[in-house]
Formats: sequence, structure tokens, C-alpha cells
Amino acid sequence: MSERANDHYVAPVEETAPQAIDSVKLGDRKSNLWLDAWRDLRRRPLFYVAVAIVLWVGAMALFPTLFTDVPPNNDCLLANSNGGPEAGHPLGFTRQGCDVYARVVWGARTSLLVGVLVVVITAAIGIPMGAIAGFYGRWIDSVLSRVGDIFFSIPYFLAAVVVMSVLSQYRNVLVISVAIGGFAWASLARILRAEVLQVKNLEYVMASEAVGRSRFSTLLRHVLPNSLTPVIVYLTIALGAAITAEATLSFLGVGLGSDVMSWGNDIAQAQTSIRTAPMALFWPSLALTITVLAFIILGELVRDALDPKARARR
Amino acid sequence: MTNPPSASTRRASEPLVSVRDLEVTFRTQGGDIHAVRGISFDIFPGETVAIVGESGSGKSTTATALIKLLPGSGRISAGQVLVEGRDITGLSDRQMASIRGGVIGYVPQDPMSNLNPVWSVGYQVREAIRANGVASGRKDIEARSIEVLKQAGLGDAERRTKQYPHQFSGGMRQRVLIGIGLGADPKLLIADEPTSALDVTVQKTILDHLASLTREKQAALLLITHDLGLAAERASKLIVMNQGRIVEAGPSLEILQNPQHPYTKRLIAAAPSLASRRIQSSTEVTFADADALGVDIAKLAARHDDDSAIADAEPAITVSDLTKVYSIRRGGFSSEPLTAVDNISFTIPRGTTLALVGESGSGKSTAAKMILGLEPPTSGEITVGGTRLTGVSRSQLFNLRSRMQPVFQDPYASLDPQRSIGAIIAEPLKVHKVGDNASRDARVVELLEQVALPSALAHRYPNELSGGQRQRVAVARALALKPEVVVLDEAVSALDVLVQAQILQLLADLQQELGLTYLFITHDLAVVRIVADSVAVMEAGKIVETGTTDEIFDNAQVAYTQRLLEAIPGAGIPLGA
Repeated sequence: MSERANDHYVAPVEETAPQAIDSVKLGDRKSNLWLDAWRDLRRRPLFYVAVAIVLWVGAMALFPTLFTDVPPNNDCLLANSNGGPEAGHPLGFTRQGCDVYARVVWGARTSLLVGVLVVVITAAIGIPMGAIAGFYGRWIDSVLSRVGDIFFSIPYFLAAVVVMSVLSQYRNVLVISVAIGGFAWASLARILRAEVLQVKNLEYVMASEAVGRSRFSTLLRHVLPNSLTPVIVYLTIALGAAITAEATLSFLGVGLGSDVMSWGNDIAQAQTSIRTAPMALFWPSLALTITVLAFIILGELVRDALDPKARARR
Repeated sequence: MTNPPSASTRRASEPLVSVRDLEVTFRTQGGDIHAVRGISFDIFPGETVAIVGESGSGKSTTATALIKLLPGSGRISAGQVLVEGRDITGLSDRQMASIRGGVIGYVPQDPMSNLNPVWSVGYQVREAIRANGVASGRKDIEARSIEVLKQAGLGDAERRTKQYPHQFSGGMRQRVLIGIGLGADPKLLIADEPTSALDVTVQKTILDHLASLTREKQAALLLITHDLGLAAERASKLIVMNQGRIVEAGPSLEILQNPQHPYTKRLIAAAPSLASRRIQSSTEVTFADADALGVDIAKLAARHDDDSAIADAEPAITVSDLTKVYSIRRGGFSSEPLTAVDNISFTIPRGTTLALVGESGSGKSTAAKMILGLEPPTSGEITVGGTRLTGVSRSQLFNLRSRMQPVFQDPYASLDPQRSIGAIIAEPLKVHKVGDNASRDARVVELLEQVALPSALAHRYPNELSGGQRQRVAVARALALKPEVVVLDEAVSALDVLVQAQILQLLADLQQELGLTYLFITHDLAVVRIVADSVAVMEAGKIVETGTTDEIFDNAQVAYTQRLLEAIPGAGIPLGA
């Protein structure tokens, strides 16, 4: 055995021939972060379920008449108050005698609109604040981050309740979206700032500046696109959360005016007759839950798909 | 450092660890990956063995298989690992615990991340001692931990046990890890790239210390490294791995002087540390039959020595009295100045290469940033091709930037992952509004050709490329504006030797073809020997010595330079004697 250690062993060259150094091996198809994420998403059944729900709700919001020809507000007969399902009215009637199914369909528009508006407002404030604070640093960061901290320290829901109470005569979709989004952007700004801080020190950012690209252009061209992953995930989930927030505010009576059709309002109104007609409460609640769940699942799936490490773990 | 003569080393007849037909498989989404494919070797008591290979060769996987700490989905799929005659492949984690630490100690790769920052160093050493059951009782463990740290070469160990990892330098942390690894007097210590994150001079002292400790304790040492020179210098036996297989194994000197396998020949031809040795040695070692694909780095250096036009060429870049002072914030509102670069001056004649050499913290990267215009100098002047770069307006500086382009160190961070290779290479052209879309596309194809990459790459993204290929793209981007000076900031330091040799060859070819001037910033003196015409050595912000490459390597005047030179691993190996 001890002889073996001094042996000069050489593997048979035929079996272990060295290959070309660093030859380029390209895959059959293009590959980058977004393409890979997209391929990953398409392999996951849950993704299709979530997208189907989102598209379904979206279709209801845009073209409610495709789903029901019963007018949700007129034609309400008190005779039908809290009535059970019957032909043409599959989900029964509300306390006011309106068709529950029609109201659920028409309510999607408000909920989705609030969700989208809140996300737009959150992004419009949060992305510039976070990106500029993280990228420029120094006193700009100190100022922007402290402003963010102030908003962060106020629970956005509480702030929305106050704003909606003060502006009680303007309870429309835009105002409620501003009230929610105007206080919810601070977390987004924080998330983005942290990401930008990390990306701005990478060498490709330095290389871009060495070429002569201006700081701001570098931020837009290289830093921001590479910091967007957590932003997209956050906004998808925030969309679901905003829908819930609207419903909750409406339920509490500080949301949309009672003339506006929304799931939140319907839940609030149905609550008074919960013992006699629980289904009038159940259906808008179900619609709300499924929609919010779909957005949250979508956010989680996108998060996983955009993280190569999470992909490898599965 | 001389090689322990293997013949005279007393050796028990039974191997301490015996690996037989070992196979390790990783399960991934894309199917099984065979990281180690049927390797066999023995380690005898007291012996030093080195496994050498590039990244992905399976060397680290082999090391972790010996203590059954394979990462992720890895498992031993075939073969045996006999530790003192007992096969450990079937042992449970609990049974392995008695072998880990006690029989086989392990020193992990990265000293920066392998100590827990929230616990004191002493606590972590005591934890290891307790786990290994070498001592029991608070007092004994305490005493033992101080002893271990003392052995590891930490002065003032009693006080140091109370400190936290961030108060330790990289070298000190590695000493602590070695101390932990040797804490239970194992019969074998596995050291996985124990010094690759450290400066060369620190590397030398750590390895010296490791060698004397293992000798003292009569422990065997298994060294995992990518550095052939280091392996040959420290180990009596070499195992060369490629693609999960052993391609050649045997006594170190024998392999170095008389390599048989084409892969080993290639590796030796490409190793900068050995090449410097070969350049210096009067008797030429030839690798005439080295595979045509490989790069012989000594020839590369020899070609460099030929052009003697250094003296009379006009300077492409002149740096005079360049200084950078940062103010470091202390507590409250006070701050104190830190001079990162202290009054440095040098010139680089057109078409030549100056290597700016220094260890971490010497200020060489700060100097590079100032020259690239990424960091304003506190004082001093930079002139490129007769035009001043300092104290000019923004628009003038914008125009001057095209004359000087960088290639950075980390191939995985230097390309924007979201832009196609074509867009990355064309970016400088776009920013400087050179040509229209069609002419830019044509230039991208031309540049890809210059760096020996297929033009089909223009529409692909960086994630499909290896580290070496990414560095080629970075070189192409740097060349897009036809600069006079290219600043190579550790541009080849992160690459495997064979790829490194290839990139060095490419850089040399481009220099000859385009008359480029290189400022080559590196910590690796071995590489300097191959690429540079002249050398400037930096220490603590100052240039301590300058000269032509031959002057520095043959006749270094300053003690610091001499220390750096001595620390090149493999420098003392008689090749072709």
C-alpha cells in the first residue's frame, strides 16, 4: 500500500482528454432573468389559476354586461328583500331586493379600480423616493428617508380613516385611492432604496459611469431595472391589500359613498341581516377573498420565479 | 520552503484515509450532476497531500465528502471512504460527529463568512472544543480555548477571546479557523483553499504556520487549492483533478518536472507562479508537446521581453503627485483624514504595460478610480496623451473618457444582466453618439471578433457566459471607443488559471495589434511577471519602488517588494533543474 503513494499515476488520456478551454456553449434559446422567470411561471399550475381569476375579475370590471343583464341598482323590489335564489337570480337578493349576482359583478369594477389606482399612486411616489434616496445618498438620502419614516410611522389604514372622515363629502374612488396610496408608499420606497444601495456598487454601474453616462441616466438605465424585482412583487401583493383596505373602509362607513357599488359596501349593508340572509354577505365576501388571494399568490409566484436560488430549491 | 522528501518521511503502513472509487452526485432540476466520478486515493498519517484543480473540478466536493458535509442535494452515490479502515459512507450524522473534529478537522474556505459575527471568538472556539469533547468543565474548556488560539499564532490570546470576528483581520480569522480545526488534535486536517481570500504575504505566514502546526501534532494535511505552485510547494503528493476525475497523481516534484497527462501539462504551462520561475531559470523547460489549445504563459512573457521600445516611446499617461484624502467619520460630528493615495507619480510609455502592485488597502484601486475619473483626486495631476484630465470642465472630461476605459475584476458583476451582450458592448458608442445603429452593430461584431467570441452572442445575455467569456465582453466594451489606455483593475484575478492565461494572451495580442497602453492593477506578482514592462509597488498609499519588470524581479531594493516576491507560491521550486 505504501508503495502506491509514491506511484506516479496518470489517467488514461482517452477517457479524460482535456476539452477546449472556455469554449462558448450557447443554449438553444435565449435566456435572461425575465425569460427564465417567464418559463418558470408557465410551468406552475397555480400561476394559471391565479391569472385566470385575475382575468375573470378584470373582464367583470371592464364588461359587466357580459356576465349579467340584470341591472344591479334599478329593478330592486323590496318584495324580493333577502329573497333566496330563483330563476335569473342565481345568488338571491339583498335586503333592498337587488340582485346579489349582478351587484357582485358590477362591484368588481370599483374594487379593481381602487387596487390599480393605489398601486399606481404608491409606485409614482415610492419608486422615485426610494431610487433617488438610495442612489444619490448623502443629504438627499437623509431628507427623503426621514420623510419616508414619517409616513411609515403613521399606519396607512389609520391615516386613510382620518382622511376619509375629513373629506366625507368627496367619497369617490379617486379620493379613497389617494388616501390609501398616499400613505402606503413609504414601505415601497424603503424596499427599493435597500435594493438600489446594493446594485449601485456593482461594477457595471461603475463601467457605465466610466464611459461617461450621466449619473441620472445610469440610474434609469442600469440601476433601476436591476432593482425592480422586489418592487414588482411588492406591488402585486399591494394590489390585493388595497382592495381589502377599500372594503374595510367602506365597511366601516368611511369608505365609498353608499351609492357607489363595491364589495365593501355590499358587505357592510348585508351585515345588518346576517342572521336572516347570510348568503347576501357571503357572496361579495367570497369574491373579495378570491380576488385578493389571486393577487397575493401571483406576487409570491413572481417572487419565486425571479429568484434563481428559489427556482433551484424546488 | 523545501519539499519534505517523501521517501524519508516515516509512514505507517496503513493509510489513515482511503478513498475507493468515490462518486458524488448532485440532484438538480436539470437531472443528476456527477461532480466526482470514481476517484481513489490514500492519505497516510502525517502526510501532506494537495488536490489541485480548477473550479468545477470536484476538488472541494471531494473534501466535503470525506467528512460527509456535502452541500445541498449532494450524496455519495458509489464507492467507499475508509477512515482508519472503517467505511463512513453508511454512517449516520450522529456517528459522523465522532469523526468530524476528532479524527478529521476541517478549515473552511472563506475566513470572512465562517465565523459567526454575533458571538465572540472565544465562544466559538469553546463551542468547538465542547462539541469535540476534548475538555470538559468550564475552566478546562476556557484554558484549552486559549491554548488553541495561542497555537494558532494569536498573540495576547486571553484578551482576544473576548473580541468579535469584525475586530480581527482576514489572516487572524483564518488562524482562528485553523485553531478550531486543530482544536481536537485530529489525525487529518482538511484545508479547503485556506488562503485564497488573503494577501500573499499573509498567505505565506498562514501556510507556514499550518505546516509547522501539523508537523508538531503529526497530523496529516489535505490541502485543496487551485494554485499549482502553492500545492507543489506545500505538499509531498499532488492529485490533479479535472471534471470529477483524477487525471494525474504522484509526488509533487515529479509531477511538476515531468507531467504526463496533457491536462497537467496545460495547467503547468498556464500557471503564472511557475512561469515566473521558468522565466528566471537558465535551463529552459519546454512543453513542446503541450496541447495546441493551451497557452504557454512563459512564452507570452518572453514575447514581452522582446520589445525594447519602452524607453523612447512618448508617455501615454502621466500621473504626478496624485493624492486622495478621505475624511472618515468618527463618532458625533468629528472626522479624521485618511490618506488613501499619497503623492504617487508614474508615467506609462505608449504601447507598454505598467503594473501597479499592492496588497489590499494599499490604495491601488483608489488610484485606478481617480485615473478613470470616477473619483475626484484631492490633489495632483493626470495627463493622457498630453491632455490634462484634472481640473477640466465636465464636457471636456466627457470627451476625454473615451481615451481611457476600464476592465473590472468581478466578471459576474461587471455586465448588466438585463442587457444583451450587443447592447453592453455598444453602450459606450451610444453614450458618445458614435455612428448610427447599423454602424454600431457592425462595430459590435468587429469587437466580438477581436476578443474571439462568436458574433451570435450579440443577441444573448450575460447569464449564458462563463467568467472568462464575460471578461472578454468587458474587454470588448472597453475597446469600443478605441481608447489609448485600458485600466485593468484585477481583471484576471477571479479567473481559473487556464482561462486567465487565455485572457492574458488576448490582452497581449490586442496590445500588439492596437498599440494599447495598459495600467494593470493587481495583487498578484506572478501575473505581473508575465504581462508588465514596468512595475510600481504600492504600500499604504505610497509607491515604494518602481522599475522595469526585470529590475524588480531580479534585484528588488525595498524590503517590502522582496517580501512580496518571496511570498509568490512555488517561487522556490526548482523546475527543470
